[in-house]
Amino acid sequence: MRSIAIAAIGAAFFATAVNAAEVAPDSVMFGEDGVVSASLTGAPGDPAKGKSVFVNRKLGNCLACHVNSDATEQSFHGEIGPSLDGAASRWNEAELRGILVNSKMTFDDSMMPSFYRLVNGVRTMKKFQGKTILTAAQLEDVLAYLQTLKE
Amino acid sequence: MKKLLSTVACGLVAMSLGQAAFADADDHKLSVDGVAISTDAKPMEGGPLDELISGWRFRSKETQSLQTDDFDNPSFVFVEDGEALFAAVDGSEGKSCSNCHEDVAEFAGLRPTLPRWNEAKGKLYSMEQYINDCRVDRMGADKWKWTGSNMTAMTSLISLQSRGMPISVATDGPVAEAYEQGKEIFYTRVGQLDMACANCHEDNYGAYIRADHLSQGQINGFPTYRLKNAKMNSIHARFKGCMKNIRAEPYKPGSAEFQALELYVASRGNGLSVESPSVRN
Ligand code: HEC
Ligand code: HEC
Repeated sequence: MRSIAIAAIGAAFFATAVNAAEVAPDSVMFGEDGVVSASLTGAPGDPAKGKSVFVNRKLGNCLACHVNSDATEQSFHGEIGPSLDGAASRWNEAELRGILVNSKMTFDDSMMPSFYRLVNGVRTMKKFQGKTILTAAQLEDVLAYLQTLKE
Repeated sequence: MKKLLSTVACGLVAMSLGQAAFADADDHKLSVDGVAISTDAKPMEGGPLDELISGWRFRSKETQSLQTDDFDNPSFVFVEDGEALFAAVDGSEGKSCSNCHEDVAEFAGLRPTLPRWNEAKGKLYSMEQYINDCRVDRMGADKWKWTGSNMTAMTSLISLQSRGMPISVATDGPVAEAYEQGKEIFYTRVGQLDMACANCHEDNYGAYIRADHLSQGQINGFPTYRLKNAKMNSIHARFKGCMKNIRAEPYKPGSAEFQALELYVASRGNGLSVESPSVRN
């Protein structure tokens, strides 16, 4: 009995040691209105890397739906969601993180994909099953970039 | 509260960019070789859309113009393939389509009613299945692949015979179940990106999604020649493409699910004119 408990603790310790302070997608804590206060990585994101994830069509592809005057070097900005100009003046860090992790916690029934959620729509392609669209580090980088978008 | 805020922000953007309120469908008129074809229609009472607009109206002027003259329309190369196939003997019975159907023009009026209930077979039938039944049962020839080039050449030729006629698929009686199934699929969020057909083609038609001007996802123009892949595209191939884009495992072309979706999407356009074979990007 005792040895089982010790073994379990050992396993748990090992699992967390692998990925230092990273928050797994299914243990993200949401506050009121879908905010996520704690960093997913425990380290500050990199806004420059964040911008490249933001524009990358295979990663954030945020321009598919949003206009962003800070990225006019990229052609074609979509108009499904609001412009992200001044986004950081309208939303604080925890709110923005929440919108990115799981938009549906902030906006009921949003069309915006949830970038750090394991289970999404039905019939998800095999190669994307059980995977998040962005990694924790990529999400924190995008978040750092969004925080530069001030009015 | 949050929702309200973002809606307000959204309104401001549209104005500050000076875009014609969400760059909706244009008001261009389609005429093919001088014959007018209506690209909008009044929806049936109680339907999901309060206006019916053909995908043609969401395309650029350049793409639109390719459809105004059959000589410029790249689909007609494939329609000619279809004519050759119609006359070609194939299979163990030594027959061609034209042995039984003297003139392909006799198919005028067929396209707007498909897919429809096939009483003899006891199931929903798309044009592809009628064609393959003729090939197998009457000609002793092999089936064509649902999305293959012989099939789309033939469906292009047969659909062309109904150009200008209003779509009018039946949704009740024996097809009611398939209609409900198709409707369910249309509104179900799928894939890693977690979107339903309705998110793009009902809630956001008229808006740009990156470089693409979203239409209502109508199928009155199918098969359609796409500049993107330079060939005729079947209805089910388009459904498959849209599902893959949202990282969803598509149903198989020819599956009961895609047929149900075909019926439901066709019914959303009941009243729109057949434009096949159309040109899209
Ligand atoms: C498929 C469409 C789509 C994509 C892709 C998308 N969004 Fe959104 N986003 C929306 C919509 C729509 C809203 C408005 C909220 C609502 O109604 O759901 C929104 C809202 C937001 C907001 C709140 C803006 C405000 O001022 O209210 C932020 C911030 C945001 N998105 C950031 C992003 C970022 C960053 C990405 C990429 C990593 C992204 N979005 C990708 C559709 C999208
Ligand atoms: C993420 C957005 C998105 C989703 C979700 C989506 N589509 Fe599309 N679809 C497009 C785009 C972009 C096009 C090309 C421009 C246009 O015609 O709207 C298109 C085109 C089409 C067309 C061709 C219209 C024409 O006139 O040529 C059909 C039909 C269609 N979609 C049906 C569907 C169906 C059915 C589903 C659900 C299985 C679906 N789409 C899901 C984005 C989407």
